[in-house]
Amino acid sequence: MTEVLYLDGISVSFGGFKALNDLSLVVEPGEMRAIIGPNGAGKTTMMDVITGRTRPDKGTALFQGGHDLTRMDEAEIANLGIGRKFQKPTVFESHSVEDNLLLAQKAPRGPFATLIAKLSGAQQDAIDETLQTIALTGDRHRPAGDLSHGQKQWLEIGMLLMQQPDLLLVDEPVAGMTDAETEQTADLLRQISKTRSVVVVEHDMEFVRALGTKVSVLHEGSVLSEGPLDVVQNDAKVIEVYLGR
Amino acid sequence: MAKLTFTTQKTTWLFAAVLAAITIVVPILNLAVPETSALHVPTYILSLFGKYLAFALLALSVDLIWGYCGILSLGHGAFFALGGYAMGMYLMRQIGDRGVYGNPELPDFMVFLDWQELPWYWLGFDNFFFAMAMVMLVPGALAFIFGWFAFRSRVSGVYLSIITQAMTFALMLAFFRNDMGFGGNNGLTDFKEILGFDLRSQGTRAGLFVASGVALLAGFLICRAIVASKLGKILVGIRDAESRTRFLGYRVEHYKLFVFTLSAVMAGVAGALYVPQVGIINPGEFAPGNSIEIVIWVALGGRGTLIGAIMGAILVNLAKSYLTAAFPEVWLFALGGLFVAVTLLLPKGVVGAVGIWGNMGARAPGGKS
Repeated sequence: MTEVLYLDGISVSFGGFKALNDLSLVVEPGEMRAIIGPNGAGKTTMMDVITGRTRPDKGTALFQGGHDLTRMDEAEIANLGIGRKFQKPTVFESHSVEDNLLLAQKAPRGPFATLIAKLSGAQQDAIDETLQTIALTGDRHRPAGDLSHGQKQWLEIGMLLMQQPDLLLVDEPVAGMTDAETEQTADLLRQISKTRSVVVVEHDMEFVRALGTKVSVLHEGSVLSEGPLDVVQNDAKVIEVYLGR
Repeated sequence: MAKLTFTTQKTTWLFAAVLAAITIVVPILNLAVPETSALHVPTYILSLFGKYLAFALLALSVDLIWGYCGILSLGHGAFFALGGYAMGMYLMRQIGDRGVYGNPELPDFMVFLDWQELPWYWLGFDNFFFAMAMVMLVPGALAFIFGWFAFRSRVSGVYLSIITQAMTFALMLAFFRNDMGFGGNNGLTDFKEILGFDLRSQGTRAGLFVASGVALLAGFLICRAIVASKLGKILVGIRDAESRTRFLGYRVEHYKLFVFTLSAVMAGVAGALYVPQVGIINPGEFAPGNSIEIVIWVALGGRGTLIGAIMGAILVNLAKSYLTAAFPEVWLFALGGLFVAVTLLLPKGVVGAVGIWGNMGARAPGGKS
């Protein structure tokens, strides 16, 4: 089976600063991967390269074996089946919760298709189902801007689900959440990863432990260590980066 | 939501009905009611309001891109003027040999410049339908080319506003030149007839009023259909969170290009309705200040509401007509003061303040309610 995501030797520099330095990472189908690392390690830049926002200076980025991500723009990559959740929850604040999901729903994306689009019964059912999954059924008509911070995070995850991507990139999903919400989010992500690949960037170690997945540690733009959390935490190099010097 | 949609729809149809009624009743009060009656509408008032209706269509075109898609164009006066020039060229050709120099082919200013034949880009403008096609095609094509480069390069926000302003300024300078072949700083004027009807007659003026009303009504219903569709929701998504829209897989530049081009076509039609009612088109219509004024109408009436743009254009121009006649030296201060006051006190404009019209397809920008 081909890898969902294959990054090899990716380097990006911004005016002399090497944000990514010969980064290599492989994500298998149905795998959930946690990415940790100190600030400036290149986590967000890596997401930017995968989703087409930043062009790497060199290196290979392949999706499902055949698609060269370094040659495509954001919209093309999104339509291939890569969904992205931002660090700061980004939803359409003036639209209702339901409309946010409607816009994210997998459907033709051209202006003329959307001008004449009519919501089918099956599409409405899919929206209802996702509303249940993210526990926002009661808030479906509220403007997304009125939701709490945690609810917005969930809505954005729900929007990703509506896109039906094969790979989800999730940037700090539990930032600003209560403990109970954090736990529910971990459950939700584990459930999602049963059918698709998920890459989670997170600072919260408890949350990473709750996910119980393979961890990659980024440092100065490349992968420092990889493996289960316990192994990684006892890695001398990782301890030095986090605690030493 | 169902209830909200219902009231929004009711407001739409109510407003459309009012527009239709005005379009029908005002010309009747002008033509059929005797001048001695208190209900009689004088012809100059009819023409004045016909001009306001053309401005309202122009304001509507700006609200569609600015209110719903966040594209602040400070050069929409250029599309309006181009539509006006296309209409002006048709009207010039209608003059025939009744010009001062009596040349059956060439407009007076060309005879004056000692030109021997009609430039190629004037050909075909003696045909009304060709001219009307150009009224829409020329602004549409300019907007398409301009938007293609601007949106593809992801020029947005204040940078886009500045280059739209530069565009209309450059066109103004170009149209001032005599050798452009559009009458230089005098522009095109001295029109006689449209489709064989005398432009000075009461009946023609009433006809132009009806045409303006119908065009405004059609523009309103088209914009309403767009903003109520899924496409309209995506436009609002682009306005509020452009990168989110992009990462959902929508080609933001295609959406912007579509709505920008459509808006330019609407502005062109507004210009074509304006010119026969005022009797002149000159490069002053390209002045950057004109484009800024349109934005003020929309902001005053209520951005992102459609109805607000129409009301804003009519109210500000009513005030302008009154103030420029009664107190010519305070008009600009009044306009500036109004803009500041509305921005501070009514961030959603007059219509937003009234409340019942505040929701047209999507919540207007400017905070939670």
